[in-house]
Amino acid sequence: MVSVKRIVLDVLKPHQPNALDFSQAIAEVGIDYRVKLTVIEMDENTETLRLEVQGNAIDFEGVQAVITSMGASLHSIDEVEVQGGADTGNLT
Amino acid sequence: MSLLQQAGFLLRITDSHKIARRYFVVNGFDGALTMLGLIIGFLVSRPAEIEIIINVCLGAAIALGMSGMSSAYLSEAAERKHALGKLEEAMVADLQESAHGDAARWLPVFIALVNGLAPFIISLLVLIPLWLSNAGVVLPLSPLYAAIAIALLLVFLLGIFLGRIAGISWLRSGLQTLLIAIVTAMFIYLLTGN
Repeated sequence: MVSVKRIVLDVLKPHQPNALDFSQAIAEVGIDYRVKLTVIEMDENTETLRLEVQGNAIDFEGVQAVITSMGASLHSIDEVEVQGGADTGNLT
Repeated sequence: MSLLQQAGFLLRITDSHKIARRYFVVNGFDGALTMLGLIIGFLVSRPAEIEIIINVCLGAAIALGMSGMSSAYLSEAAERKHALGKLEEAMVADLQESAHGDAARWLPVFIALVNGLAPFIISLLVLIPLWLSNAGVVLPLSPLYAAIAIALLLVFLLGIFLGRIAGISWLRSGLQTLLIAIVTAMFIYLLTGN
Protein backbone atom coordinates (compact mmCIF):
# COMPACT_ATOMS: atom_id res chain seq x y z
CA MET A 1 0.00 0.00 0.00
CA VAL A 2 1.31 3.43 -0.94
CA SER A 3 1.17 6.08 1.75
CA VAL A 4 2.08 9.76 1.84
CA LYS A 5 4.64 10.44 4.57
CA ARG A 6 5.35 14.11 4.06
CA ILE A 7 3.95 17.00 2.07
CA VAL A 8 5.07 20.60 1.74
CA LEU A 9 2.38 23.02 0.63
CA ASP A 10 2.32 26.62 -0.46
CA VAL A 11 -0.76 28.16 1.17
CA LEU A 12 -2.30 31.63 1.20
CA LYS A 13 -4.36 32.38 4.29
CA PRO A 14 -6.05 35.38 5.94
CA HIS A 15 -4.35 36.62 9.17
CA GLN A 16 -7.06 34.88 11.15
CA PRO A 17 -7.13 32.09 12.22
CA ASN A 18 -3.60 32.63 13.45
CA ALA A 19 -0.70 30.27 12.74
CA LEU A 20 -1.26 28.32 15.95
CA ASP A 21 -4.99 27.69 15.40
CA PHE A 22 -4.31 26.91 11.76
CA SER A 23 -1.57 24.34 12.49
CA GLN A 24 -3.59 22.73 15.27
CA ALA A 25 -6.63 22.31 13.00
CA ILE A 26 -4.47 20.58 10.40
CA ALA A 27 -2.76 18.38 13.00
CA GLU A 28 -6.22 17.25 14.17
CA VAL A 29 -6.88 15.63 10.77
CA GLY A 30 -4.72 12.63 11.72
CA ILE A 31 -3.64 11.05 14.99
CA ASP A 32 0.11 11.26 14.37
CA TYR A 33 0.42 14.39 12.24
CA ARG A 34 3.36 16.67 12.79
CA VAL A 35 2.84 20.14 11.33
CA LYS A 36 5.45 22.80 10.70
CA LEU A 37 4.20 26.17 9.54
CA THR A 38 6.49 28.93 8.29
CA VAL A 39 5.22 32.37 7.34
CA ILE A 40 7.03 33.32 4.14
CA GLU A 41 5.38 36.62 3.35
CA MET A 42 2.81 38.88 4.95
CA ASP A 43 0.70 41.70 3.56
CA GLU A 44 -2.21 43.77 4.81
CA ASN A 45 -4.85 41.02 4.75
CA THR A 46 -3.09 37.75 3.95
CA GLU A 47 0.01 35.70 4.61
CA THR A 48 1.81 33.16 2.47
CA LEU A 49 2.83 30.00 4.28
CA ARG A 50 5.07 27.03 3.80
CA LEU A 51 3.17 24.21 5.44
CA GLU A 52 4.92 20.94 6.11
CA VAL A 53 2.84 17.97 7.27
CA GLN A 54 4.40 14.67 8.33
CA GLY A 55 2.57 11.52 9.30
CA ASN A 56 2.36 7.80 8.80
CA ALA A 57 -0.36 8.09 6.17
CA ILE A 58 -1.35 11.65 5.34
CA ASP A 59 -4.93 12.17 4.20
CA PHE A 60 -4.31 14.88 1.62
CA GLU A 61 -8.02 15.43 0.92
CA GLY A 62 -8.63 15.91 4.65
CA VAL A 63 -5.78 18.41 4.95
CA GLN A 64 -7.02 20.30 1.91
CA ALA A 65 -10.58 20.41 3.30
CA VAL A 66 -9.33 21.94 6.57
CA ILE A 67 -7.24 24.49 4.68
CA THR A 68 -10.34 25.55 2.70
CA SER A 69 -12.61 25.56 5.76
CA MET A 70 -10.22 28.01 7.45
CA GLY A 71 -10.60 30.41 4.54
CA ALA A 72 -7.15 29.65 3.11
CA SER A 73 -6.29 28.43 -0.35
CA LEU A 74 -3.77 25.88 -1.50
CA HIS A 75 -1.51 27.34 -4.17
CA SER A 76 0.80 24.43 -4.86
CA ILE A 77 2.20 21.15 -3.62
CA ASP A 78 5.91 21.87 -3.39
CA GLU A 79 7.31 18.62 -1.99
CA VAL A 80 5.94 15.12 -1.48
CA GLU A 81 7.39 12.03 0.17
CA VAL A 82 5.55 8.82 -0.58
CA GLN A 83 6.37 5.32 0.58
CA GLY A 84 5.28 2.12 -1.10
CA GLY A 85 5.28 -1.43 0.30
CA ALA A 86 3.10 -4.20 1.66
CA ASP A 87 3.10 -2.95 5.25
CA THR A 88 4.43 0.56 5.53
CA GLY A 89 3.80 0.61 9.28
CA ASN A 90 6.84 -1.67 9.94
CA LEU A 91 9.28 0.34 7.90
CA THR A 92 11.80 2.54 9.68
CA MET B 1 -15.05 20.50 17.29
CA SER B 2 -18.00 20.89 19.67
CA LEU B 3 -20.57 23.64 19.13
CA LEU B 4 -19.11 25.64 22.01
CA GLN B 5 -15.55 25.27 20.71
CA GLN B 6 -16.75 26.26 17.23
CA ALA B 7 -18.45 29.37 18.64
CA GLY B 8 -15.27 30.26 20.58
CA PHE B 9 -13.19 29.74 17.46
CA LEU B 10 -15.44 32.00 15.34
CA LEU B 11 -15.36 34.69 18.04
CA ARG B 12 -11.56 34.44 18.19
CA ILE B 13 -10.88 34.64 14.46
CA THR B 14 -13.08 37.70 14.09
CA ASP B 15 -12.05 39.29 17.39
CA SER B 16 -15.79 39.50 18.16
CA HIS B 17 -15.50 38.51 21.83
CA LYS B 18 -14.29 42.05 22.53
CA ILE B 19 -17.27 43.55 20.67
CA ALA B 20 -19.70 41.26 22.52
CA ARG B 21 -18.11 42.18 25.87
CA ARG B 22 -18.35 45.88 25.04
CA TYR B 23 -22.00 45.56 24.01
CA PHE B 24 -22.77 43.61 27.17
CA VAL B 25 -21.40 46.36 29.42
CA VAL B 26 -22.75 49.30 27.41
CA ASN B 27 -26.27 47.93 27.09
CA GLY B 28 -26.31 46.37 30.53
CA PHE B 29 -25.52 49.82 31.87
CA ASP B 30 -28.36 51.21 29.74
CA GLY B 31 -30.76 48.68 31.25
CA ALA B 32 -29.77 49.39 34.85
CA LEU B 33 -29.86 53.20 34.44
CA THR B 34 -33.18 53.13 32.57
CA MET B 35 -34.80 51.10 35.34
CA LEU B 36 -33.21 53.39 37.94
CA GLY B 37 -34.65 56.41 36.14
CA LEU B 38 -38.12 54.92 35.85
CA ILE B 39 -38.24 53.83 39.47
CA ILE B 40 -37.02 57.19 40.80
CA GLY B 41 -39.61 58.78 38.52
CA PHE B 42 -42.29 56.70 40.24
CA LEU B 43 -40.84 57.49 43.67
CA VAL B 44 -41.11 61.25 43.18
CA SER B 45 -44.56 61.00 41.61
CA ARG B 46 -47.91 60.35 43.19
CA PRO B 47 -48.02 56.78 44.53
CA ALA B 48 -48.91 54.28 41.82
CA GLU B 49 -50.00 50.67 42.05
CA ILE B 50 -47.09 48.26 41.99
CA GLU B 51 -48.65 46.44 39.05
CA ILE B 52 -48.60 49.63 36.98
CA ILE B 53 -44.94 50.23 37.89
CA ILE B 54 -44.05 46.66 36.89
CA ASN B 55 -45.84 46.95 33.55
CA VAL B 56 -44.22 50.29 32.71
CA CYS B 57 -40.74 48.99 33.64
CA LEU B 58 -41.30 45.69 31.84
CA GLY B 59 -42.44 47.56 28.74
CA ALA B 60 -39.26 49.63 28.82
CA ALA B 61 -37.14 46.48 29.39
CA ILE B 62 -38.70 44.72 26.39
CA ALA B 63 -38.24 47.81 24.24
CA LEU B 64 -34.58 48.08 25.32
CA GLY B 65 -34.05 44.40 24.52
CA MET B 66 -35.67 44.57 21.11
CA SER B 67 -33.91 47.80 20.23
CA GLY B 68 -30.54 46.36 21.28
CA MET B 69 -31.13 43.14 19.39
CA SER B 70 -32.33 44.64 16.12
CA SER B 71 -29.83 47.50 15.98
CA ALA B 72 -26.87 45.22 16.78
CA TYR B 73 -27.99 42.61 14.24
CA LEU B 74 -28.40 45.11 11.43
CA SER B 75 -25.11 46.91 12.08
CA GLU B 76 -23.07 43.74 12.73
CA ALA B 77 -24.49 41.93 9.68
CA ALA B 78 -23.50 44.90 7.51
CA GLU B 79 -20.02 45.09 9.11
CA ARG B 80 -19.42 41.34 8.74
CA LYS B 81 -20.58 41.35 5.13
CA HIS B 82 -18.23 44.22 4.37
CA ALA B 83 -15.30 42.53 6.14
CA LEU B 84 -15.97 39.23 4.34
CA GLY B 85 -16.12 41.01 1.00
CA LYS B 86 -12.75 42.67 1.64
CA LEU B 87 -11.22 39.36 2.69
CA GLU B 88 -12.62 37.58 -0.38
CA GLU B 89 -11.11 40.30 -2.52
CA ALA B 90 -7.69 39.86 -0.87
CA MET B 91 -7.85 36.05 -1.09
CA VAL B 92 -9.35 36.08 -4.60
CA ALA B 93 -11.66 33.29 -3.41
CA ASP B 94 -15.23 32.65 -2.33
CA LEU B 95 -15.14 32.29 1.48
CA GLN B 96 -18.86 31.61 2.04
CA GLU B 97 -18.19 27.97 2.97
CA SER B 98 -15.22 28.78 5.22
CA ALA B 99 -15.05 29.68 8.91
CA HIS B 100 -15.10 33.34 7.83
CA GLY B 101 -18.39 32.76 5.98
CA ASP B 102 -19.85 31.02 9.06
CA ALA B 103 -18.68 33.94 11.20
CA ALA B 104 -20.34 36.45 8.88
CA ARG B 105 -23.64 34.53 9.17
CA TRP B 106 -23.70 33.59 12.86
CA LEU B 107 -21.82 36.27 14.76
CA PRO B 108 -24.37 39.04 14.06
CA VAL B 109 -26.99 36.74 15.67
CA PHE B 110 -24.80 36.08 18.70
CA ILE B 111 -23.86 39.74 19.14
CA ALA B 112 -27.50 40.78 18.69
CA LEU B 113 -28.50 38.35 21.48
CA VAL B 114 -25.83 39.74 23.82
CA ASN B 115 -26.81 43.31 22.97
CA GLY B 116 -30.51 42.65 23.47
CA LEU B 117 -30.43 40.27 26.41
CA ALA B 118 -27.97 42.30 28.52
CA PRO B 119 -30.32 45.25 29.17
CA PHE B 120 -33.38 42.96 29.29
CA ILE B 121 -31.97 40.57 31.91
CA ILE B 122 -30.45 43.38 33.99
CA SER B 123 -33.83 45.15 33.92
CA LEU B 124 -35.59 41.97 35.06
CA LEU B 125 -33.13 41.63 37.96
CA VAL B 126 -33.90 45.20 39.03
CA LEU B 127 -37.62 44.42 38.96
CA ILE B 128 -37.36 41.37 41.26
CA PRO B 129 -38.37 43.27 44.46
CA LEU B 130 -41.44 44.66 42.68
CA TRP B 131 -42.53 41.18 41.61
CA LEU B 132 -41.90 39.77 45.08
CA SER B 133 -43.90 42.57 46.66
CA ASN B 134 -46.69 42.09 44.12
CA ALA B 135 -46.74 38.37 44.99
CA GLY B 136 -47.27 39.24 48.66
CA VAL B 137 -43.71 38.70 49.92
CA VAL B 138 -42.89 41.10 52.73
CA LEU B 139 -39.56 42.84 52.06
CA PRO B 140 -37.36 44.53 54.72
CA LEU B 141 -37.61 47.82 52.79
CA SER B 142 -39.97 49.40 50.28
CA PRO B 143 -39.88 47.49 46.93
CA LEU B 144 -39.00 50.69 45.04
CA TYR B 145 -36.01 51.35 47.30
CA ALA B 146 -34.99 47.69 47.06
CA ALA B 147 -35.14 47.93 43.24
CA ILE B 148 -32.96 51.06 43.36
CA ALA B 149 -30.46 49.21 45.58
CA ILE B 150 -30.33 46.32 43.09
CA ALA B 151 -29.85 48.73 40.16
CA LEU B 152 -26.96 50.43 42.00
CA LEU B 153 -25.45 47.05 42.88
CA LEU B 154 -25.63 45.89 39.24
CA VAL B 155 -24.02 49.13 38.04
CA PHE B 156 -21.27 48.59 40.62
CA LEU B 157 -20.77 44.99 39.40
CA LEU B 158 -20.55 46.16 35.78
CA GLY B 159 -17.89 48.61 36.92
CA ILE B 160 -15.97 45.77 38.59
CA PHE B 161 -16.21 43.78 35.35
CA LEU B 162 -14.81 46.75 33.41
CA GLY B 163 -12.04 47.18 35.96
CA ARG B 164 -11.00 43.55 35.55
CA ILE B 165 -10.91 43.93 31.74
CA ALA B 166 -8.82 47.10 31.99
CA GLY B 167 -6.58 45.56 34.65
CA ILE B 168 -7.16 48.47 37.04
CA SER B 169 -8.47 48.47 40.60
CA TRP B 170 -11.90 46.78 40.66
CA LEU B 171 -12.99 48.94 43.58
CA ARG B 172 -12.07 52.18 41.84
CA SER B 173 -13.79 51.09 38.63
CA GLY B 174 -16.89 49.91 40.51
CA LEU B 175 -17.09 53.17 42.44
CA GLN B 176 -16.71 55.17 39.21
CA THR B 177 -19.76 53.52 37.61
CA LEU B 178 -21.64 53.76 40.90
CA LEU B 179 -20.91 57.49 41.01
CA ILE B 180 -22.34 57.87 37.49
CA ALA B 181 -25.53 56.10 38.62
CA ILE B 182 -25.79 58.28 41.74
CA VAL B 183 -25.30 61.48 39.72
CA THR B 184 -27.95 60.23 37.27
CA ALA B 185 -30.32 59.56 40.18
CA MET B 186 -29.67 63.06 41.56
CA PHE B 187 -30.38 64.68 38.19
CA ILE B 188 -33.64 62.75 37.86
CA TYR B 189 -34.61 63.69 41.40
CA LEU B 190 -33.74 67.36 40.92
CA LEU B 191 -35.41 67.72 37.54
CA THR B 192 -38.53 65.71 38.24
CA GLY B 193 -39.02 66.01 42.01
CA ASN B 194 -41.10 68.58 43.81
